Amino acid sequence: MAAPKKSVAPAGQATSNGATPSSPPDFTRDQEMHALRDMLLIRRFEEKAGQLYGMGAIGGFCHLYIGQEAIVVGMQMALKDGDQVITGYRDHGHMLACGMDAKGVMAELTGRKGGYSKGKGGSMHMFSREKNFYGGHGIVGAQVSLGTGLAFANRYRGNDLVSLAYFGDGASNQGQVYESFNMAELWKLPVIYIIENNRYAMGTSVTRSSAQTDFSKRGISFNIPGEQVDGMDVRAVKAAGDRAVAWCRAGKGPFILEMQTYRYRGHSMSDPAKYRTREEVDKVRHDQDPIEQVRNRLLAAGVTEQDLKAIDAEVRDIVNASADFAQQDPEPDASELYTDVYR
Amino acid sequence: MAIQVLMPALSPTMEKGNLSKWLKKEGDTIKSGDVIAEIETDKATMEVEATDEGTLGKILIPEGTNDVAVNTPIATILADGEDASAAASALAHAKQEKAAESAPPATEAKSAPAPKEEAAAPAAPTTAIQPDPEIPEGTEMVTMTIREALRDAMAEEMRRDEDVFIMGEEVAEYQGAYKVTQNLLQEFGARRVIDTPITEHGFAGVGVGAAMSGLKPIVEFMTFNFAMQAIDQIINSAAKTLYMSGGQMTCQIVFRGPNGAAARVGAQHSQDYSAWYSQIPGLKVVAPYSAADYKGLLKSAIRDPNPVIFLENEMLYGHSGEVPKLDDYIVPIGKAKVARVGKDVTLVSWSNGMTYALKAAEELAKEGIEAEVIDLRTLRPLDTDTIIESVKKTSRAVTVEEGWQQSGVGAEIAARIMEHAFDYLDAPVARVSGKDVPMPYAANLEKLALPSVADVVAAAKAVCYR
Repeated sequence: MAAPKKSVAPAGQATSNGATPSSPPDFTRDQEMHALRDMLLIRRFEEKAGQLYGMGAIGGFCHLYIGQEAIVVGMQMALKDGDQVITGYRDHGHMLACGMDAKGVMAELTGRKGGYSKGKGGSMHMFSREKNFYGGHGIVGAQVSLGTGLAFANRYRGNDLVSLAYFGDGASNQGQVYESFNMAELWKLPVIYIIENNRYAMGTSVTRSSAQTDFSKRGISFNIPGEQVDGMDVRAVKAAGDRAVAWCRAGKGPFILEMQTYRYRGHSMSDPAKYRTREEVDKVRHDQDPIEQVRNRLLAAGVTEQDLKAIDAEVRDIVNASADFAQQDPEPDASELYTDVYR
Repeated sequence: MAIQVLMPALSPTMEKGNLSKWLKKEGDTIKSGDVIAEIETDKATMEVEATDEGTLGKILIPEGTNDVAVNTPIATILADGEDASAAASALAHAKQEKAAESAPPATEAKSAPAPKEEAAAPAAPTTAIQPDPEIPEGTEMVTMTIREALRDAMAEEMRRDEDVFIMGEEVAEYQGAYKVTQNLLQEFGARRVIDTPITEHGFAGVGVGAAMSGLKPIVEFMTFNFAMQAIDQIINSAAKTLYMSGGQMTCQIVFRGPNGAAARVGAQHSQDYSAWYSQIPGLKVVAPYSAADYKGLLKSAIRDPNPVIFLENEMLYGHSGEVPKLDDYIVPIGKAKVARVGKDVTLVSWSNGMTYALKAAEELAKEGIEAEVIDLRTLRPLDTDTIIESVKKTSRAVTVEEGWQQSGVGAEIAARIMEHAFDYLDAPVARVSGKDVPMPYAANLEKLALPSVADVVAAAKAVCYR
């Protein structure tokens, strides 16, 4: 395929740095319903996780994905079976989007035996070989090199699989990100770097931390094309994902997608959020909410409230069942302390 | 007076080289900067430039001469008006002078290897090594350098398993910064022998990611000093992920390269990381001494389903030892070796520390103290049983390491001996280690900073109350 239209051109002759076209290709009704369902599942799951955290059932760190759901759901719709996903510690949404079982994820959050990591990983460290989800990493930026390694393996094996390395605007300032960019372009590795720009690295806004706040340009000096995407519109995400995936599968090397998004909740559960106003949060929720966008489009297209409620109900059942399981499942056996250190 | 051209040292650890080619002949006019000869070491072929002007008077070492010791006069350059007879007298003079400086002329070098500073690079004392019970009796042995043993181990494993590949700085086209990966590119191609940019943190992460995907990378660090840039990926990603994933995500990877002090390379290139890595659950840490162990343990490391830190030693790369000629020679990880049998005191060491320990054992024997020397070979898992068994016999122990003492491997060994053999001890365990300073550059200070044979002898005598 030709180079994406709104991409930052490799040679740095980028002219556009705005968001993607105002009207991305429409979804079919099935796609809309699918996106709505998966985004709702993530949102309700995260809300429940927040509740359980408040009750003391979840300990330690817990980073919620609320507000950013369109990114993982849209990108997942652009993938095929076998493509790999890796991310940082705001990872619950990615796992659910990859098709991992809500019960196993929630039980990991509560540190139970039935969690994806037998309770030994926690919120930030879950994996599923079966679903090609490679974690769940707690060191900011580490997943970028690792995701590049997944792409390296695909290239080594000569398959046409693509790996997705998600990271945030904060991680974008880590050195190993650029070490990885360099190697990925040098070796034409099929990796999509997805920068989830939610405007705040913990409490530091991008303008206070980043000399170049257009993250789609962060690959220019390595000749990696990049694109800014409205990360609140799942259709725009999917369309950009399709372009990036095609680029990678064609053997043209890595691609950068800057997803412009927003996190409604604090950085973690213990974040007092003094760095932004309530009004700012409310405005994004009101004007740009990724779930409401789909819901409104579906209603405008003639889908009934009844149909949407059925999705709500299905999602709530899954989430409630996961919460019940996560609280009833036993803690890991003490003997698990010494397992899985070596193989 | 005629100027002597001496055999140059082309690297910090070079002691001798082969004079492969003369590019000027006697009587040629030489200008400063002219390339006059080519010298080949076990690491590289280098050009010798003239630093003086005149006429090439006499070639003292003919081309094709092997093992020419550093500082041996190889030619004379005559100033204007001088003749070759001046050169001859210069040679005679040089011979006398150089003999005093302990660098014998090349013609004698083969039969009598150049004596080396004990602290820096003693010759591999193969005679002191106990026969390895793991090698079947009657096995044909091949003498090879440790560098070659490592290369052969990698080549064999790469032939055996398509998922094994090597990546690192200068591993491919340059043939390895220390020539350890020589000819691997030629045999396996650029797909499996991969030159990386200078980007330790990044390529360590790429290696770990590839391993999580099921490949079996060998990641070479030009030295483990540079791996400090990458240690987050080694520990947080490689070592911990199996546990954090409840056993799902494996990481079969070897991180290898020279560790510890080389010679005269200063504080940032001389650190011993044995203690650092040996502290980490999830890692295996291997640090061999003998050529056979280098080969057999590297093969084991590549096959091991866990992340393995394989600590080599630059001072040992050029040392030769006997390696069994077997199709598949494997040394198990986690097994120490009794390198010398004794009854009076146990010396515990690994890697280049064995150099001091074995020499010290010889010295001690002269004084009637029979030291048992244990080569740990693996630091994690640590073979406590072999140490304890020996201490129960000798009742005395000395640990020997090049690294720093505080929280060192010696401290761990001493603690384990106390825990498991307290009642057998006749003296507190003594530790010989690198001194508690960054590595100095000056030759005398560097020597002082490293452990010495004398240190080990003194410690052994102290625990024997002699």
